[in-house]
Amino acid sequence: MGPLVSDLTHLDRLEAESIHIMREVAAEAENPVMLYSVGKDSAVMLHLAMKAFYPSVPPFPLMHVDTTWKFSEMIKFRDRKAAEIGMDLIVHSNQEGIDAGVGPFTHGSAVHTDIMKTQGLIQALDKYKFDVAFGGARRDEEKSRAKERVFSFRTAEHRWDPKNQRPELWNVYNARIRKGESIRCFPISNWTELDIWQYIRREQIEIVPLYYAAKRPVVEWEGSQIMVDDERMPEELRKTAVEKYVRFRTLGCYPLTGAVESEADTLEEIIQEMLLTTSSERQGRTIDRDQAASMEKKKQEGYF
Amino acid sequence: MSHQSDLIADDINAYLEAHENKSLLRFITCGSVDDGKSTLIGRLLYDSKMIFEDQLEALESDSKRHGTQGDQIDFALLVDGLAAEREQGITIDVAYRFFSTDRRKFIVADTPGHEQYTRNMATGASTADLAILMIDARKGILTQTRRHSFIASSLGIRKLILCINKMDLVEYDEAVFNNIEQDFLEFANELNAGIEIQAIPVSALAGDNITSISDNTPWYTGPSLMEYLETVPVGDERKAAPFRMPVQWVNRPNLDFRGFSGQIASGSIKPGDKIKTLPSAKETTVERVVVHGGDLAEGIAGQSVTLTFADEVDTSRGDVICAANDPAEVSDQFQARILWMSDDAMLPGRRYLLKTGAKTVTALVSGLKYRIDVNDLQDRPAKTLNLNEVGVCTLSLDQAIAFDPYDVNRETGGFILIDRLTNNTVGLGMLDFALRRAGNIHWQALDVDRETLASQKDQKPAVLWFTGLSGSGKSTIANALQKKLFSMGKHTFVLDGDNVRHGLNRDLGFTDEDRVENIRRVSSVAKLMTDAGLITLVSFISPFRSERRMARNLMSEGEFIEIHVDTPLSVAEERDVKGLYKRARAGEIKNFTGIDSPYEAPKDPEITIDTVNNTPESAADEIVRWMEAKGLLDA
Repeated sequence: MGPLVSDLTHLDRLEAESIHIMREVAAEAENPVMLYSVGKDSAVMLHLAMKAFYPSVPPFPLMHVDTTWKFSEMIKFRDRKAAEIGMDLIVHSNQEGIDAGVGPFTHGSAVHTDIMKTQGLIQALDKYKFDVAFGGARRDEEKSRAKERVFSFRTAEHRWDPKNQRPELWNVYNARIRKGESIRCFPISNWTELDIWQYIRREQIEIVPLYYAAKRPVVEWEGSQIMVDDERMPEELRKTAVEKYVRFRTLGCYPLTGAVESEADTLEEIIQEMLLTTSSERQGRTIDRDQAASMEKKKQEGYF
Repeated sequence: MSHQSDLIADDINAYLEAHENKSLLRFITCGSVDDGKSTLIGRLLYDSKMIFEDQLEALESDSKRHGTQGDQIDFALLVDGLAAEREQGITIDVAYRFFSTDRRKFIVADTPGHEQYTRNMATGASTADLAILMIDARKGILTQTRRHSFIASSLGIRKLILCINKMDLVEYDEAVFNNIEQDFLEFANELNAGIEIQAIPVSALAGDNITSISDNTPWYTGPSLMEYLETVPVGDERKAAPFRMPVQWVNRPNLDFRGFSGQIASGSIKPGDKIKTLPSAKETTVERVVVHGGDLAEGIAGQSVTLTFADEVDTSRGDVICAANDPAEVSDQFQARILWMSDDAMLPGRRYLLKTGAKTVTALVSGLKYRIDVNDLQDRPAKTLNLNEVGVCTLSLDQAIAFDPYDVNRETGGFILIDRLTNNTVGLGMLDFALRRAGNIHWQALDVDRETLASQKDQKPAVLWFTGLSGSGKSTIANALQKKLFSMGKHTFVLDGDNVRHGLNRDLGFTDEDRVENIRRVSSVAKLMTDAGLITLVSFISPFRSERRMARNLMSEGEFIEIHVDTPLSVAEERDVKGLYKRARAGEIKNFTGIDSPYEAPKDPEITIDTVNNTPESAADEIVRWMEAKGLLDA
């Protein structure tokens, strides 16, 4: 038996809230799925799911929308993790996009993200007819996220209507939908980036090694430091690669994820750097800088 | 990012240990448009170093494009994140923001000021420990201030900070501050009792009294806003309350384990504690408090746990596990306060889905007693509730649920209403009390029974139920009959529609719903009078067959005598003793039986009185003869 519990800390309260949310979905949804992006937020979300249903295995599958441009280390980590936990893993890629040869180097970040990520996600949700999909988005990430409900309603066309959101009272969530409609559920809405890191530290959650600094080959591309992850990077670019101590604050498609120079190779050092840094974690993401309301627009179109 | 702390650079481990054990305060900011709510939050984030350089750059460019502060940074743009909000310069939906200091972590819900977005304000308030009310020092207490205070306090927020803002624009005048504080305290007397109020003079734009005490207000001796937020005790009365846990999910990984998962709503629980599951009222003992990584010696309010029981007790999702010695109440009839949140009005008589805790049931809004004007807190008569209106309603559920009054326990007393067709959340509600305690009230056995009481009076009790149109002659005949029975030595009483509406049913109108309730109450009273051994004469229009049937079913076999005072509408209207038909025809009276509200004539009444060819006297004689023939007037 553990020690007597005194007052709950903020991490305890956030954890309990997330678990409550996941159990509501498990009880009310007909066909839920957890979107697993292999990043640190997904790692925390998955860990919370393990806790929420213990000693049962979480009663839903994991799904990864693979743009085929993720870091290869992420894919290895994903497959090993799913096998360890014993949850089903669904991997979906937009075959039409692959056939058309869509990629960030040839089509740019906006087209690539729309076709491989947004359309890929919509295809997958339609194919498996999931009615509730968990996502690891946080309200502190971006201004339109800050306004989104925990249970975020989507029309049958996967659209989000920010001006007409369902009121959300206490911890009493309305998960009712009609056929074809769906809900995106964000159990870690109220966590901040610092909370995530502290929780990873407290719970000793394993994360993809790319978060830790190491010597990696990087090139300068469109204002960011991009890691050479495979042969698909144009050769003239690859030729410019230099070895640097870098790490990543977020993980996505490798050509769209800027590295930061760092020697932080422990959790404590990463947190220390984050607390002393002067730029937000999304700065490394090309997708957010396109226009002021860019995320809100993407979300209305079905992006997670 | 984050607040300044030397520990971050010097000793990150020590910093992390300290930060990990901080407590959490959730609060909302509310007030009128342009009072500076968003500016205040922007200021708190900025002053606690929660804004990154790239965000600051974006803010500076946005300030030039959309800002309202000239060349200065418009902090409001930090929080007004939706495109429509930035275009219109207003806050539409709740925005959640996060910051921390060395002492605490905060979650702020910035809530909209416009009345049309009141429902979004309630969304933010429902999870908050504290509310900051922004007041423009130049304008004082406004309607919106009152509305927001009322909603915040109704939703159970017990701590209010009165942020009297824009003090720089009134030359930091102490008198202005004192007057506004005084005005508010007077108004606050009408709110829920037990609210703690702290008034602070600030300028969100200039930063006075936000993170430190300002030299501009030497007359102010209280704490700065930040100091108050960091130190105000987060009243965890939830921990001291009796144990409650709604069951969310039954955890059955294999045949050997059966647990009940949920978040502890109040109180605490240990292995060996006696519990009762409601509404089934089965008792057992808790065996384990299971969480991942090892069982707990004790689970406390706020934690998500899984409980196992010593015995196989049938428990499922939606049940509430309670302390056995102090369980919740169980009922299917309630009085509740409802805040309506849909564009389609709430209609009494309509069925909605009601979700409370993990339980969803069907609820009929059986009545709307009155509306509370959120601007002046006065009761107003109402037929429906429109968007953002608050009303006191009666609810009838299709099954009994466990609950506590909302003012006692937010977790087990709050509910949402869901439209069955659109699935939208259309209302939020707070249970006040049960109208019928399904479990608690038992029939009191009486030693002097109804037969004894009747035989003492040498009579048989009966209900003579006169039904007919207004002006048909019901009361006149009942009056004549009572005189005859009295002279025969019988003990009688007349329940007259008009008279009862002056007292017992004063709160009821003439809508279909109210007519139903009117008859329900009168038949209950008539029933009690027959128990007392009386011959009871009920003179009510009682236009609906189903309600007369309800009254009949309440009485013992043979004691209900339905008397149809059968006067044609044309005759009653021509008599028009009280002048009511004329007014109804003129449209001055709504829902008048026979004119714009139906009368369903009895199909098989015991007695039918023809008032066109009979006087009241002869009609009364006819009823006496009928009673004699049935032996009702024998001892």
